[in-house]
Amino acid sequence: MNGLSKGMPRALLEKAWLGSFLAAAAVWAAAMIYSGGQGGGQMLGAALSFSTFFVIVGIGQMLIIATGPGNVDLSIPGTIALAGAIAMKVMDGEDSLIVVGLAASLAAGAAVGAANYGLIRVLRIPPIIATLSSNLLVQSTAIAYGRGLRVKPPPAFADFTTATVFGVPVLALCAVVFAAVMAVVLARTVFGRSVLAIGQNMRAAWLAGVAVDRTRLLTYTLSGLFAGLCGALLAGFSGGSSLDMGMEYLLASIAVVVIGGTSVAGGKANVPGIWGAALFLFLLLTMLNTFGAGAGVRLVMTGLIIIAVITMAGGDKPAR
Amino acid sequence: MQATSERLIRLQGVAKSFGPVRALAGVDLAVDAGECLGLVGHNGAGKSTLMNVLAGTLEADAGEIVIHGERRSPYNVGLAHRLGIRCVFQELSLCPNLTVAENARIIHPKLSGWGWRKRAAGLIVAKLDEIFPGHGIRADDVVGDLSIGRRQMVEIARAFTVSDRPVHLVILDEPTSSLDSVSAEQLLSFVRKVVATGLGCILISHLLGEVLDYADCIVVMRDAKVVTSRPAREMTRDSLVAAMGDVGDERVVAERPSAVRRRDAAPIRVRVRSRRGGRHELVAHEGEVIGLAGLAGHGQTDALIQIYRSSRRRAADTVVTGPVALVPGDRQTDGIFHLWSIGQNIGIRSLKRMSRRGLIDLAQERQLAEDWKRRINIRTPDMTNNILSLSGGNQQKALFARALGSDAEIVLMDDPTRGVDVGTKLEIYEMIRTEAAKGRTFLWYTTEMEELANCDHVYVFRNGRIVADLASDQLTEAKVLQSSFEETV
Amino acid sequence: MLATLTSRRFLRSALPAISLVMILLPIFYMQPRTMSYFGLNLLLNLAIPIALATMAQMFVLTVNDLDLSIGSYVSLVACIGATWLQQTPLLGVAALLACIVVYGLLGALVHVRNLPSIVVTLGMSFVWLGLAVLLLPTPGGQAPGWIRTVMTLKTPMVPFPILAALLIGVLVHFGLMRSSYGAVLRGAGGNPRAVARAGWSVLRTKVTMYVMAGIFGMLSGLSLVGLTTSADANIALRYTLLSIAGVILGGGEFVGGRVSPIGAVLGTVTLVLAGSFLSFMRISPDWQIGAQGAILIVVLALRALINRRGSTA
Repeated sequence: MNGLSKGMPRALLEKAWLGSFLAAAAVWAAAMIYSGGQGGGQMLGAALSFSTFFVIVGIGQMLIIATGPGNVDLSIPGTIALAGAIAMKVMDGEDSLIVVGLAASLAAGAAVGAANYGLIRVLRIPPIIATLSSNLLVQSTAIAYGRGLRVKPPPAFADFTTATVFGVPVLALCAVVFAAVMAVVLARTVFGRSVLAIGQNMRAAWLAGVAVDRTRLLTYTLSGLFAGLCGALLAGFSGGSSLDMGMEYLLASIAVVVIGGTSVAGGKANVPGIWGAALFLFLLLTMLNTFGAGAGVRLVMTGLIIIAVITMAGGDKPAR
Repeated sequence: MQATSERLIRLQGVAKSFGPVRALAGVDLAVDAGECLGLVGHNGAGKSTLMNVLAGTLEADAGEIVIHGERRSPYNVGLAHRLGIRCVFQELSLCPNLTVAENARIIHPKLSGWGWRKRAAGLIVAKLDEIFPGHGIRADDVVGDLSIGRRQMVEIARAFTVSDRPVHLVILDEPTSSLDSVSAEQLLSFVRKVVATGLGCILISHLLGEVLDYADCIVVMRDAKVVTSRPAREMTRDSLVAAMGDVGDERVVAERPSAVRRRDAAPIRVRVRSRRGGRHELVAHEGEVIGLAGLAGHGQTDALIQIYRSSRRRAADTVVTGPVALVPGDRQTDGIFHLWSIGQNIGIRSLKRMSRRGLIDLAQERQLAEDWKRRINIRTPDMTNNILSLSGGNQQKALFARALGSDAEIVLMDDPTRGVDVGTKLEIYEMIRTEAAKGRTFLWYTTEMEELANCDHVYVFRNGRIVADLASDQLTEAKVLQSSFEETV
Repeated sequence: MLATLTSRRFLRSALPAISLVMILLPIFYMQPRTMSYFGLNLLLNLAIPIALATMAQMFVLTVNDLDLSIGSYVSLVACIGATWLQQTPLLGVAALLACIVVYGLLGALVHVRNLPSIVVTLGMSFVWLGLAVLLLPTPGGQAPGWIRTVMTLKTPMVPFPILAALLIGVLVHFGLMRSSYGAVLRGAGGNPRAVARAGWSVLRTKVTMYVMAGIFGMLSGLSLVGLTTSADANIALRYTLLSIAGVILGGGEFVGGRVSPIGAVLGTVTLVLAGSFLSFMRISPDWQIGAQGAILIVVLALRALINRRGSTA
């Protein structure tokens, strides 16, 4: 029974991500109808801007979740906060230091990711606990490091992160390209195939010659790297870093991956779905906002949708 | 033998299929009170499935189950327990996080209330004392901390404990596989003793001697059917083996590889020094087919894994010269990637070779798949179909294609023809011979005697050690069996 | 062989107590005043709700699941406690019972549909939090007098938090570790197939464990609101991580039904004390949460070391 549901024809798998885009479109249309067609473009622009950040961390989270049950990165919020603080401090408001700052925050993110895998591999700590503990440590580091930090991003960096072309945020365009590249990486490189093989069956992957350790190390490192990138960009986008700016990404990063059609049982990743899911989540909240719903209703709806999606997609082996 | 004794259970026409695989094709079986029934057959003959049906853990597709003269339908575990049918499964059914006493409590729903721990402990320890005197197990030992042999003792003793429910029939599926010879002897004598008091017992074992000595009646299964059912005293080891084995035109003709190779002439590909201090070391030369024989689970797979591991990370006691690929036998847990197409499943081992500037060349991947579809005749309309659309035998062929299509010079095979039909087997043997002739080295663990005839050289394993080293011209079934079973060599 | 095995088992079960002593001794040394009735009361006040939440988490962990919603659930209960339970007790009680029923249904859903519990409870964390925000948009409310009375009980000789923590640990120990159905419940975490083969309903064990989690989460929320007197929708969000950490520190495993209620209570107390320890050490509060992470890693590293030594011995 399990085998059959997993052996779904490919056409059906591809529909899984189409669904999240259709849902996003439906939610947008509903909001449009309610508001009488006012501000539709603006709403889309905002959705694209904010979704960009979800997509960047979501792809890292997806790589990890795709390596199979139990694998998850809970250190994303801390990493975002730390990387944002590092980026702002190193850039120090100077345009000339943008590249250095960006590199520093990416390096910090990658280091956190690699350390996570070290805890998992060397100390045999389950990924959930390992990344949870390291999140606490990284968060503390970020607090200690960023105390009293009120550095504005360099003007050129702030401009870049908020720039638009024909109303479309430049950052969103970059993220689309980034997602496309990652989709190709997953489908067409040895690394991508290795991730999916490990997610389906780690032992079989090892026996088939896949470099299991190296691949898993890389997924955790990349997730940290992307969280670092997100932190730096977020700091530029919102005019400076703040310590709690990563908070919502803990749950949101997992939510976009699951809603986007990536299997929590591993072995099945879905890059376009993450874009659809991120847009859907943002637009849903915006729609509820235009309907006049309060924060409470928005949260309840988000939660119910996550549960509904996983219940419908369920039947796979449990991750935890 | 006891005509007057009461019939405990009767199965009639029981059938069970798993997808396309038929595990039971209309099986009849009867056990009387006071009878020990021996059940033998090759791996995959359907014994374990039959026992699962009888224990109520698997539902039969067809057929009827009569217990104490009454037809039982629907039949399930709860009912089986109430009717006094207990089963000691081959894979352990104890909870490793619980103590011995707590595990005893699991199968006795009424064992609760004040002082249940003491009663459970008393129950299990008394039974352990009765069956395995001097067992050295305490009731508050956590099962996960016990050795595998002791765990098996606990599980066996548990099946015989009686609280509010009677025990009428105990099924023992390979009960002695993890027991040392003394405990095994204790168990079998105990079985005879309780059978004399009117209990029914089904004994499944690959140790034919055990079955011949201790069972009243022996049932032989082959290819999902019962082929023989006779009193034990009318059977001999030879007649049992004949009944179990594939006879007639299905038999694989023992076609010896053309002349015994000059072993020393070809370069050495693999050399494994024994870790447990056996006398023999395993050596494989270029172009050889090396058989690893012996009873299932006596260290053959471990040896293959050791070789595989050292091909990826250098180890002191193992020499491997050249790339290695492994053909797993347990397709579901070690082999296939269930979300992928047949082509992707074949290509995974050769991705690096098929990459151009960091990207996998999809045309080349398709080409590889089509090549092997033709060469080993994988029966599918389209290699982009999901791997699960194939039958078991064809899935196995795809795994062979994965290994043979790679750059590997050494191919390790972990009982790869498990549950594969005869036609496919013949194709696989042919393929191995062709590839060996081209200079590839094969290390082949097999549980089937006749497959050893395809090997140039055979090592027999027992308890993780190589106990015999036979060239193909010295190879006889008797020699292999002898070294697999004997304690002293 | 036997000796090393038993010593390994002993070491493992002693680890939570050792960690507690290692953190308690320096505190007593640096601040001898904490050794008094009032000092301990102050130090350990918040341990009660956290210990209860940890027990809730432990029930779910026993059957190989993880509850990422316990923090927001405790917050919701605290909000219900500070509003409905005080103003319209009947409605309050009904709401709390409904919450427990929802927990049971979650257990059934996770089991029947074979869903990953982290995603389901992740979704529930939004739901509980949303309901809490709806109920109490701004911090406020008032705890019913009887809860406050219970929570500020002045017990003779031994401070109330210590007695309460002890009681919680012993009670759950008897329920889960010593009772006969407790063995089945833990067995369902250790080898669900074996339990099913013995004729038990695994669904029932799972629902039982989730319902227990709901009940203990509720107790946690009520005791919390009794201490703080008013509530807030975000009041206990950090309990999710704290509860997982407490179970693990207390010797619980992620899979396989290996848990220890008394160890988990000790683990909770250790975590609570870690905060005070750091402030006595004059370590900046910036590192408070980091220290919790570090403690977790160190303890798990020690455990890995003990396990490895045991397996190579």
